[in-house]
Amino acid sequence: MQVIKVKNLSVRAGDAVVLDGIDFDVQEGDYVGIAGPNGAGKTTLVKTIIGLLPKRTGTVEIFERRTGKGFKYHGIGYLPQRPQAYNPLFPATVEEVVLTGLLADKHFPKKITSKDRDKLAHVLELVDMALLRRRPVSQLSGGQQQRVFLARALASDPRLLILDEPSTALDPHSRQEFYGLISRLNKDMKVTILLITHDTADIGLYANKLLYLDKEIIYYGSFADFCRSEKMRDYFGGHQHIICHQHKE
Amino acid sequence: MELLNYLQYGFVIKALIAGSFIAVLCSVLGILLVLRNMSMIGDGLSHMSFGAISLGMLLGVYPFFVAVPVVIAASWLIWRITDKIKAYGDSAIGIVSAVGIAGGVILASLSGGFNVDLFSYLFGSILSISQSELFITVFLSTVILTMFLILYHDLVAVTMDEEYAKISGIPAGRINSMLFILTAVTVVMATKAVGIMLVSSLLVIPAVSSLQLSRGFKMAFALSAFFSVVSVVFGIILSLLLDLPSGASIVAMNIIILFSTVIIKKTEIL
Repeated sequence: MQVIKVKNLSVRAGDAVVLDGIDFDVQEGDYVGIAGPNGAGKTTLVKTIIGLLPKRTGTVEIFERRTGKGFKYHGIGYLPQRPQAYNPLFPATVEEVVLTGLLADKHFPKKITSKDRDKLAHVLELVDMALLRRRPVSQLSGGQQQRVFLARALASDPRLLILDEPSTALDPHSRQEFYGLISRLNKDMKVTILLITHDTADIGLYANKLLYLDKEIIYYGSFADFCRSEKMRDYFGGHQHIICHQHKE
Repeated sequence: MELLNYLQYGFVIKALIAGSFIAVLCSVLGILLVLRNMSMIGDGLSHMSFGAISLGMLLGVYPFFVAVPVVIAASWLIWRITDKIKAYGDSAIGIVSAVGIAGGVILASLSGGFNVDLFSYLFGSILSISQSELFITVFLSTVILTMFLILYHDLVAVTMDEEYAKISGIPAGRINSMLFILTAVTVVMATKAVGIMLVSSLLVIPAVSSLQLSRGFKMAFALSAFFSVVSVVFGIILSLLLDLPSGASIVAMNIIILFSTVIIKKTEIL
């Protein structure tokens, strides 16, 4: 099944071109790493896919249905770059944050049921945060906060999980654990992953596809082909990118 | 004993009932506004309320009926300016606030200058609340609190993370406009209790006091409502016992609670 199909997508901010001529598709079970320099349009790309930013041209299909006005973004988990709840003055507890992830499937008037409580317990177990469920999120470490927002993204049983630089606030050990958890979701639960990262040195160890972006797609495909690609050689001026030294194939 | 004597008077009971309803309303909406960095919206709307009340007096219409639609429109305007021209930040509140005050002063001078009625709205006169004003306050407060409870999860989700709320299918735009309408009606009602000059204190201070000690959203709402009701009840009692203005006494109680919560937080007593 095609999870994402993007055709001729372009995005502008005023007169500036942010993304141009973007074409790619993501299949069910894929783990796609999105890399590129600062200002390449990585966050803009995922925000446009999930309807948070307007597109200038092109079409986006998710789960084989075209997005647009009235499109319901069910089945998608999203871990933003800097969730607002990182604000140290925000009083939400771990379970209050995760419960907002369950609202997607609810109808008016929204109520939290005992089934939701079971689901909450399950996702908190999954990210190893069950013991801290009543703790204010602002009192947690960067790694623990990241797990809380991952639990929120997982609460609605997503078939597609989009993560925007999830490892920024993590130490090397927490980063490895976090990537391990995402890999298990991908392999064991067949969740399709789209992950924006600056960890180009590590992404090849986990993802099976790479999308290298710099306002347009420089490369999209497997890691092995990336290192043999002429486009990549042209772009990096003949030097092999660090990704080529790290990927698993 | 003197206090018990006061409780025999109908105007005191009416003031305590109306004040408590307004206190709960302001305090729960205040949490949402403070967490969205929109603490000053109460100030802007109450100033617009001043303009609308002056207009009502000039036209000879009951001021409340003019103030509610005008302040809702002002609230919508603040939201649209802030949403569409993000770079202007809280300047939208400043613009609406200035228009309200300037309009109010012009209209007041056209209707023969400031009179006792207008002063009662400027500084609050909850002890003079009429039977019909009490009825309107209790009725509207019940409607607004019911809507708050029905929309609780959506309001919290949008306040916590608007982007995530949007992809969760929550109509963030509609929820925001609903919050601003509820705030506008609440501000107009609170004008009678503490006056135009002090209305934003009822929205902001109990919320800030509560956020000093809260360990979760639900606790924040509950503590804010508790602090607000305590400040209104004790503020009214203080004003009766010491013959002080009721609006300013309510704000003074709020300030005492705020300082207490800050000290409790700093010293980690709880």
